[in-house]
Amino acid sequence: MKPTDTSDPDYFHKVVDCQWACPAHTNVPEYIRLIAQGRYTDAYLLNRESNVFPGILGRVCDRPCEPACRRARVEDKPVAICRLKRVAADLSDEVADQLPRRPAQGNGKRVALIGAGCASLTVANDLLPLGYEVVIYEKLGETGGLMRSNIPRFRLPPEILDTEINAIVEMGAELRLNAPVESLKGLLDEGFDAVFVGTGAPHGKNLELPGRYDTDRIHIGIAWLESVAFQHIESIGEKVLIIGGGNTAMDCCRSSLRLGGKDVKVMARKPRHLLKASDWELEDAEEEQVELLLNHSPEEFIVEDGRLTGMKFARVEWHDDGSGRLKAKTLDHVVIPCDDVILAIGQENAFPWIERDMGIEFDEWNVPVVDKNTFESTRPGVFFGGDSAFGPKNIIWAVEHGHQAAISIHKYCQGESMTERLPYGMNLASTKMSIHEWSYSNDFDPAERRLMPHVSLKERFKNLDIEVELGFSYEQTLTEVERCLNCDIQTVFAAKLCIECDACIDICPVDCLTITQNGAEQELRTRLSAPAENTSQDLYVSEDLPHTGRVMVKDENLCVHCGLCAERCPTAAWDMQKSELIIPYATDEAQCPKEQKAG
Amino acid sequence: MSFIRKPDIRYKGQRTNALGLTLRDYEGGMSTLCAGCGHDSITSALVQAFFELDIEPYRVAKLSGIGCSSKTPAYFLSQAHGINAVHGRMPAVATGANAAARDLYYIGVSGDGDSLSIGLGQFAHAMRRNLHMLYLIENNGVYGLTKGQFSASADIGSKAKKGEINEQRPIDPVKTALAMGGTFVARGFSGDKDQLLPMLKAGLKHDGFAMIDVLSPCVTFNDHEDSTKSYAHTRQFYHPAVHADFIPPAEPIRAGYDEGEAVPVQLHDGSQVLLRKVAPDYDPHDRAAAMSYLERHEQAGEIVTGLLYIEEHRPTMHAINQTAATALRDLDYSVLNPGAAALAELQKRFR
Ligand SMILES: Cc1ncc(C[n+]2csc(CCOP(=O)(O)OP(=O)(O)O)c2C)c(N)n1
Ligand code: SF4
Ligand code: SF4
Ligand code: SF4
Repeated sequence: MKPTDTSDPDYFHKVVDCQWACPAHTNVPEYIRLIAQGRYTDAYLLNRESNVFPGILGRVCDRPCEPACRRARVEDKPVAICRLKRVAADLSDEVADQLPRRPAQGNGKRVALIGAGCASLTVANDLLPLGYEVVIYEKLGETGGLMRSNIPRFRLPPEILDTEINAIVEMGAELRLNAPVESLKGLLDEGFDAVFVGTGAPHGKNLELPGRYDTDRIHIGIAWLESVAFQHIESIGEKVLIIGGGNTAMDCCRSSLRLGGKDVKVMARKPRHLLKASDWELEDAEEEQVELLLNHSPEEFIVEDGRLTGMKFARVEWHDDGSGRLKAKTLDHVVIPCDDVILAIGQENAFPWIERDMGIEFDEWNVPVVDKNTFESTRPGVFFGGDSAFGPKNIIWAVEHGHQAAISIHKYCQGESMTERLPYGMNLASTKMSIHEWSYSNDFDPAERRLMPHVSLKERFKNLDIEVELGFSYEQTLTEVERCLNCDIQTVFAAKLCIECDACIDICPVDCLTITQNGAEQELRTRLSAPAENTSQDLYVSEDLPHTGRVMVKDENLCVHCGLCAERCPTAAWDMQKSELIIPYATDEAQCPKEQKAG
Repeated sequence: MSFIRKPDIRYKGQRTNALGLTLRDYEGGMSTLCAGCGHDSITSALVQAFFELDIEPYRVAKLSGIGCSSKTPAYFLSQAHGINAVHGRMPAVATGANAAARDLYYIGVSGDGDSLSIGLGQFAHAMRRNLHMLYLIENNGVYGLTKGQFSASADIGSKAKKGEINEQRPIDPVKTALAMGGTFVARGFSGDKDQLLPMLKAGLKHDGFAMIDVLSPCVTFNDHEDSTKSYAHTRQFYHPAVHADFIPPAEPIRAGYDEGEAVPVQLHDGSQVLLRKVAPDYDPHDRAAAMSYLERHEQAGEIVTGLLYIEEHRPTMHAINQTAATALRDLDYSVLNPGAAALAELQKRFR
């Protein structure tokens, strides 16, 4: 194998698995270290750079970082990254006055953002400090989009939304509530330099089965949640069936329990491991005694004398059809009595307000064609992001779209090329303070993942607004931060210093180092101290060693970043260095050309 | 040394041996030796050897004298028996222990200072008796623990860190062992675990005295340019005469030795050492040839390594002295102490 090129920012970025997996590439290990030091405000601000809504996401993020966390390689459970994010948000000081504002002297460009949800707000957050005039159009009377209308208050209290959204609006955006955009053409006629569409995917999918329109007790999940959020609905029947197995289904069943549901069942077509809902949301629903019925395929709504009395399901079994696709086989049928049915089977976007003759192309599913890198539609100056661009994902994806769209909008407005974007950068710096001292806490802590404390089952149903999760206690935080392996502290090797004494290999607690003859990757993997079977993780291969011409190989899969190799090495051939990923945002793009011109 | 203990981490895919133990189960306390000390590498090779031989840690007795090397038994097999004896006197203690409990694996770890200066007599007699043990000399050419004086293995003309030149002839433990009738004589290098590991395994399985001289550079007092026991010097003049593979009894013998390039040697428990000759003329069964081979290459400035001599069937101390076939602790008290009458009977024979 060729020696590893550690100057490529992506190499070390990939070793920080949580950060690599996070759509916005939030610097997780650094903010966890800041929390460990009690620097909650700094942790919050660092978090906010990439993910804009730490308090909100600390509660409801879909957490793609957690299944990726390296801690799970040496123990079953990942670090409770999301819970720690919430700790920083809960304990942070006021930050609004530390955020940049729109400068008194604007830059003369006007940008319209449609929808006051997470994607648009991120664009506003990134563009306001550059002097853009930003106008946000929102059809509802409140901000937040799906974050407010679709996530129940017992999971995400409105105050948290208000704080983080207001911080952005107060940077100097013009917010127009109850202002649905009915014609994109009309909006463009108002002379905006660019338009960003961040309207989400606000239409819940329907289920056209017999009986669907014979009763008014069948609800579309996300519309129903919105009505609950805005207090248009305050009760529900005792027996409720939720159709679907995603997170919306979990929110619907738990909301039903708080509105009078006594016997609430979630009906899923697929087996448990194929459900879309996150594990923790399933667990929370089950803790509240929601019954989960798997492998039930809906067939008919049973309406007797104009009253919904039940629903008919086929009980199915799933088989691989040979091509890897699952096929259902019906076993028998059951009728399950109910008073209400809530459909939570997915969302789609619809754009009745976009004229089809204005240069915006739509694909075969009636979704606008959007460039994956620039987020521009086929009409110059009109950008899409969040669920409205590529269909339902999650908040943190929408935030990342917002960051990227903001860069594009800025470049578009300044007449620069949108495809020539600043690359990621990296800072690498030694963390050695003295011979046995490191600037990070490297002692492996065998503690198990802490569990989130909840409000008691009795208490939580008293009111729709009672937040169920209490947040980590001080002790829990203290333990959990130490579970993080500091994956951004990288073992960096200088071949010319190595005397091949093997000391590093002997001390490594996970056997991830080997000195051996070089070879082709596949074959080399079989010759390492510990089997290197996780091929998604790189081998770090050194230059040829000066004494024997062999190479030092490190399997990045297992390293716990303890630094023992570097502490043991008599020649300091190993050094523990912090890799910091430098992610360019719109502000950086705005500063860069000027600096280049100055230089 | 390190200031954080090596954490006990069980990771997914970690190897276990036939006893279900991991490598970590064969480790000992945290080493207090200098970072980069060759002795630590030998420790780690031992950990691996015991692990791969599926030996229960409690079936091992670790013995040592005084020196950095003699501290190392504390760093492997925490669950084994152990005695840390007086400077140079480990072989006597090993002899006594061996007589009392012959069913254990004995491993003695000594230094060049410990064995070749104050302990030379003890070392020689242990070989003469063909004591059943693996005897390691962790050879760094200096007294590490007392901060770097020349030891009896320092080569003529080699310089101490402070510039002093050694003018006395060295004692070579390998040649000494050949002369004293050692039945398993080998030399390894702490920086070449691939070669050392099979030799350690064979040494542990050898029925008799197995002596392995392991060159083990001392990074603090003897890893400088003018040292002949530094990492750089050893790597430069390293000459493997034979390469050994160890084959446990259960494994089928690989076809390798049909080619005439390798010689299989059967050990008493049925396991094999497969000697792969690197030097085409090398015969590890010929004591005199071994001696002259060593001489020749020494003249050329080379350090000969490998399993240099092996003799499988010479009677051990147990056979010569007709010790009890059972460990003393397993004998019935009446057998162990037949009483005053039996003693009187015995004494009569000497009148
Ligand atoms: C009877 C006695 N004499 C002298 C000493 C002092 N002493 C301690 S260690 C040592 C030499 C150890 O050298 P070596 O066996 O080569 O081990 P190393 O420390 O180099 O590994 C000496 C002479 C002692 N402890 N006891
Ligand atoms: S251990 Fe810490 S740095 Fe590593 S992946 Fe998990 S959270 Fe991220
Ligand atoms: S930091 Fe070094 S010693 Fe620690 S796990 Fe990684 S490679 Fe092994
Ligand atoms: S401890 Fe240092 S000198 Fe020794 S093998 Fe490892 S990197 Fe090389």
